Amino acid sequence: MASLELKNIVKRYKSQTVLDNLSLTVADGETLVLFGPSGAGKTVLLRLVAGVIDPDEGKIFIGGDDMTDVDAEFRGVGMAFQNFALFPHMSAFDNIATPLEAKRSSPGAIKAGVESVAKLLKIAHVLSHKPRALSNGQKQRTALARALVGSPPLLLLDDPLRNVDAKLRFEMRLELPRLLADRGATVVYVTQDYKEAMALGDRIAVMSQGVIRQLGTPEQIYREPANIEIARLFGDPTINLLDVKPARDTRGIYVGLSNVQVHLAGAYDAAVGRDCVIGLRPEALSFVEEGIPGAIPVTVEAETPLNEKIVTLVRTVRGREILVSRPAGTPGRSEGKVHIAVDGKSALLFDHASGDRLGSKNVVTLRNGEAA
Amino acid sequence: MEHTSLLERILRGMALTLVVIFFMFPIVWIFMMSFQTNETILRIPPQLIFEPTLANYTALVTGKLMTAAGTLDIAFMRNLWNSVFLSVTSVAVSLLLGVPAAYAFARHKFRGSEDIAFTLLSFKFAPALLVLLPLTLYFQKLGLANTYVGLIWVYQLICLPLILWIVRGYFEDIPADIEYAYRIGGHSWFATFRKIALPLAGPGIAAAGLLAFIFAWNNFVFALVLASADKQPVTVGALAFITSSGIQYGQISAAIVLSITPTLALALYAQRYLVEGLSLGAVKG
Repeated sequence: MASLELKNIVKRYKSQTVLDNLSLTVADGETLVLFGPSGAGKTVLLRLVAGVIDPDEGKIFIGGDDMTDVDAEFRGVGMAFQNFALFPHMSAFDNIATPLEAKRSSPGAIKAGVESVAKLLKIAHVLSHKPRALSNGQKQRTALARALVGSPPLLLLDDPLRNVDAKLRFEMRLELPRLLADRGATVVYVTQDYKEAMALGDRIAVMSQGVIRQLGTPEQIYREPANIEIARLFGDPTINLLDVKPARDTRGIYVGLSNVQVHLAGAYDAAVGRDCVIGLRPEALSFVEEGIPGAIPVTVEAETPLNEKIVTLVRTVRGREILVSRPAGTPGRSEGKVHIAVDGKSALLFDHASGDRLGSKNVVTLRNGEAA
Repeated sequence: MEHTSLLERILRGMALTLVVIFFMFPIVWIFMMSFQTNETILRIPPQLIFEPTLANYTALVTGKLMTAAGTLDIAFMRNLWNSVFLSVTSVAVSLLLGVPAAYAFARHKFRGSEDIAFTLLSFKFAPALLVLLPLTLYFQKLGLANTYVGLIWVYQLICLPLILWIVRGYFEDIPADIEYAYRIGGHSWFATFRKIALPLAGPGIAAAGLLAFIFAWNNFVFALVLASADKQPVTVGALAFITSSGIQYGQISAAIVLSITPTLALALYAQRYLVEGLSLGAVKG
């Protein structure tokens, strides 16, 4: 088993800095998800750990050993590539067997090892096929099998579900956590899919432009995103973002939403009088009867029933559009003038200029405001 | 789907026939000449109907050339062997040197790598005659003139750039991730080169080798200047048929037929690879 530690990694290509003084620690047996848009430096980071490219500055420790200048074949990691990177001239069996051959295992041990991992990944029946005769899902499983077969203490998975169809992606999203947990390996998993990140990660590192913007548990990333960008990346439908200017009255700090004062509970003293953005998750909004304190009048524009939830697009009196999400089967109005209320738990306040979240580290609480 | 009318197909067929006749005519004519005596060849107007004779081929194989001035010894079979030996050895040496070099140029961008690669290619731009004069002087000093080693060395000017640039394109076409995956699996870079890069670039290497073989086989000027009779390939050896008593058209034709047969056979056999190799070289240039 092996922990992974990156210290002050810098990687430049020509004049462009791809990784900018990045440090990261992954505990033994932990699954860390690297999440971020393309070009964030996730894949480069993974390749640095694998040893196929070298950092310009910084150190890489695997299991406590300095591996910065160690060649890829001696690092003992397993890696699955986004594009599968199967060897086209070898059968699936030979593909999976390559890490065992490198260890000079006996033919019997190789056969047993390949067959057991193939059975686990349900590709035992296609082991004799060449990669071009495999479906995308089988290719992906073969690539994964090749990464797993040597039981490496550190597994690097570069968006392995990117190139497979939606059904298989959903299945694998369910299977993978158990598979990885059974192995007990330390895992670094790269993805651009926030659901995958939430489902697989013990912790998530959100990257953009070569920097880790936030590192935390899936719960933390969702509840307390460090900035607007991260709040927008996690969640479907995306978070509602409205420009507000918090003010203070005798009862505390409040924001005005459609002439309804909504009081905020939190350390927002610095926000008073500044241009801010309030973030409201669609599922934190609910339809209420008129006259209830904090009820905000809106007009229903459109309603989209998804399988497990219904998403309603509403327009406020000031013409701002808001998405409201409710579980399927719960009552709601699909047209006309209605009222919505803000749930007290998950409203977020961001600074308008910098995009950073304001307030304490704790979950922001927000009391339903009362009409002034 | 493309629909073609009957007229279109007939016209296309005629056009193709014309092109084939145009390009094949010299070869067919030479083939016919090789079965004629000098008298029938030189008759005016030329005749399509003649009595075929194997005299030309017999003369080449036995090495005795009968002319009006008497019997002349020719070393055609020796020349043919020289051609085979020089071409095969040159291509083998070029592959041995060029394939690893091509891999290095494809995979490792070191300082000046493009300049070195281009310099190697530029050997093909230089007129051979320009290189030959200083080369002859050096070779005479070094004792390499009129040796197989010297000739094979000079033939590298023909084979090496060709192999280097074509094979490099093939290596660059292999996704780097495939090689990374093998190395992460625990294999050395040399094992990766042998087990992954070489097999995947195999068709390209074969195509480059065949092309280099044809170019080496067809070379004339290097061998003309640097080799004497016993080391000459067929291209130079054919000059022996221009004798004091006249040009032996019949024997020259037979010699040409015999000397293009191996390359023609090779080219036909490996046609698919050759076209792939040529076009890939062009794209990757």
